Amino acid sequence: MTKKENNDDSPGVPGFRTWRGVYLFVFGCFLLVVLALTLFARLYA
Amino acid sequence: MNALDWIVLLGTIIGIAAYGTWRTRHTDNLNTYLKGNHSTKWGTIGLSVMATQASTITYLSLPGQAYENGIAFIQNYFGLPLALILVCAVFLPIYRKLGVYTAYEYLGQRFDTKTRLLGAGLFLLQRGIQAGVTIYAPAIILSTAFGWRLDLTIIFTGLVAIVYTVTGGSAAVNLTQKWQMAVIWAGMLTAFVILLLKLPANATHIAGAMGKLHAVDFTPDPQLRYTFWSGLLGGFFLSLSYFGTDQSQVQRYIGGAALREGRLGLMFNALFKIPMQFFIVMLGALLFVFYQFQPDTPLVFNQSAWQRQVQGPAGAEFRALEEQHAVLHAAKQEKIRAWVAAQSGGDITAEAAARTELAAAQKASDTLRKQARDTLYAAAPEAKKTRDSDYVFITFILTQLPHGVVGLLVAVMFASALSSKAGELNALGTTSTIDLWRAFRPLAAHDEARNVRNAKWFTAFWGLFAVGFALYVSFAENLIEALNIIASVFYPPLLGVFLVAFFFKKVGGTAVFWAALATQLLLLGLFFYGKDTVAYLWLNPIGCAACIGFALLFQALSPARPPATT
Repeated sequence: MTKKENNDDSPGVPGFRTWRGVYLFVFGCFLLVVLALTLFARLYA
Repeated sequence: MNALDWIVLLGTIIGIAAYGTWRTRHTDNLNTYLKGNHSTKWGTIGLSVMATQASTITYLSLPGQAYENGIAFIQNYFGLPLALILVCAVFLPIYRKLGVYTAYEYLGQRFDTKTRLLGAGLFLLQRGIQAGVTIYAPAIILSTAFGWRLDLTIIFTGLVAIVYTVTGGSAAVNLTQKWQMAVIWAGMLTAFVILLLKLPANATHIAGAMGKLHAVDFTPDPQLRYTFWSGLLGGFFLSLSYFGTDQSQVQRYIGGAALREGRLGLMFNALFKIPMQFFIVMLGALLFVFYQFQPDTPLVFNQSAWQRQVQGPAGAEFRALEEQHAVLHAAKQEKIRAWVAAQSGGDITAEAAARTELAAAQKASDTLRKQARDTLYAAAPEAKKTRDSDYVFITFILTQLPHGVVGLLVAVMFASALSSKAGELNALGTTSTIDLWRAFRPLAAHDEARNVRNAKWFTAFWGLFAVGFALYVSFAENLIEALNIIASVFYPPLLGVFLVAFFFKKVGGTAVFWAALATQLLLLGLFFYGKDTVAYLWLNPIGCAACIGFALLFQALSPARPPATT
């Protein structure tokens, strides 16, 4: 590593200022996917 | 396959391999050879992580598994996004900060040499075996379906992967995996669209009525193989072990231009892995519906083995089974049409009665299929090496897709075999060089050219080992589960060691070393003597908790308590 990396560097993703925000977004998407799959199973079962 | 299919197949597979070899032929820097180019961006890392995890078994066997048992397997991936978040937040920054080549190098810095060697040894043992399985799995199915020689198929796949992985190391693996993923997605999407065009309008409702769309099951029963809870907890620990401590994955994201690139590559997988797997299992569920309406749906999909028996001395018995199948299949089609009519009529009572009759018809059909398979296995025991469901998707490809697309789909199978194989060989070669060879030859660590040369030799060795293993070892179990079962037995102690390293700073190397060994014995005991009471995914949390518990206990009993160094 030529330069020291900061664990808390900005993710550089539009709309997200911290990595915690990115993780929360991914977690939220996961919950939505599980919810969608549950509804899908209920709808067609 | 005709000439067009062969051109597409060989052009794609050899073209990508040759491109990767040519572009990375001058890789003689150790860092680039083991970690890839410094400029690698998150997109390449994300695709590389995905390509390493998804082998041919994912694309070939998973649709068949969904055809047979429905899409419940999707729950196996529920723990994956959460595990990737933890890897991003804790594992990756530490690996990057210490500048290690392998995950086990970190264990050496945090604990001691014996713990590092134990970690590397557990990885080499289980990944070496899995490398044999991942090369054997597609070869046995493709060679049976196409009538190719199994040994030549294994050798061809193995040699192509060895050539470009040895030449360009991690840089070649990253580069080729990107293009291989493009071929895989192009092929799978094409097959999916063609399947959709061939389906009746209410195909999803029919799949649901026939019990193929139970995506989520909240039943808290540890004996059930796939439930929300086993997927969330077992899948979490399995994914954490795989992505956090398995060098074949760590190597994919540890390099890159910056910490950010590795993190975004992993978050890409956290977001898209479940949707991608859903797409593959839905392909299987819809194939099931497709084959309900085909007049010539095979009783057994391994037609190569089946037809040999039909035309053999006991052919009368097999033809009788086919005749029974034709009668049951026609009756089931009638029941499906009756259910569709009842459902569209809106009469709840009639719909329920039609559904009950349909379920009975399906049960009779399943019973006959099982009887046919048992009869086939009794007459031809070699057919038991693969599950019949492994031939569902390849049968669809061969009989329903136009020429050119057949070649593309077979290229998908080879591309996925090569991409996962290359990632594994790259990691096996790296771990052998850094954690074994260099650990015993510390003075040679500064001779970069010698390190690269050794890494190439070790990579070639593991490639040939995998080919030899695939040539001489028979696998009788379902292949996709065999991979997960091997991982569930060997991963948990390794993950336990890493979690102790990260979160229990007072525990030293000796305590965690013996804790890992004790846990491995416990898991082997549970696997061989308790597999009827505990589904294999549960071995992951049990093993991981046991390893941490043993480590804390051994440390408490230990007279000396060395301070943590990291």
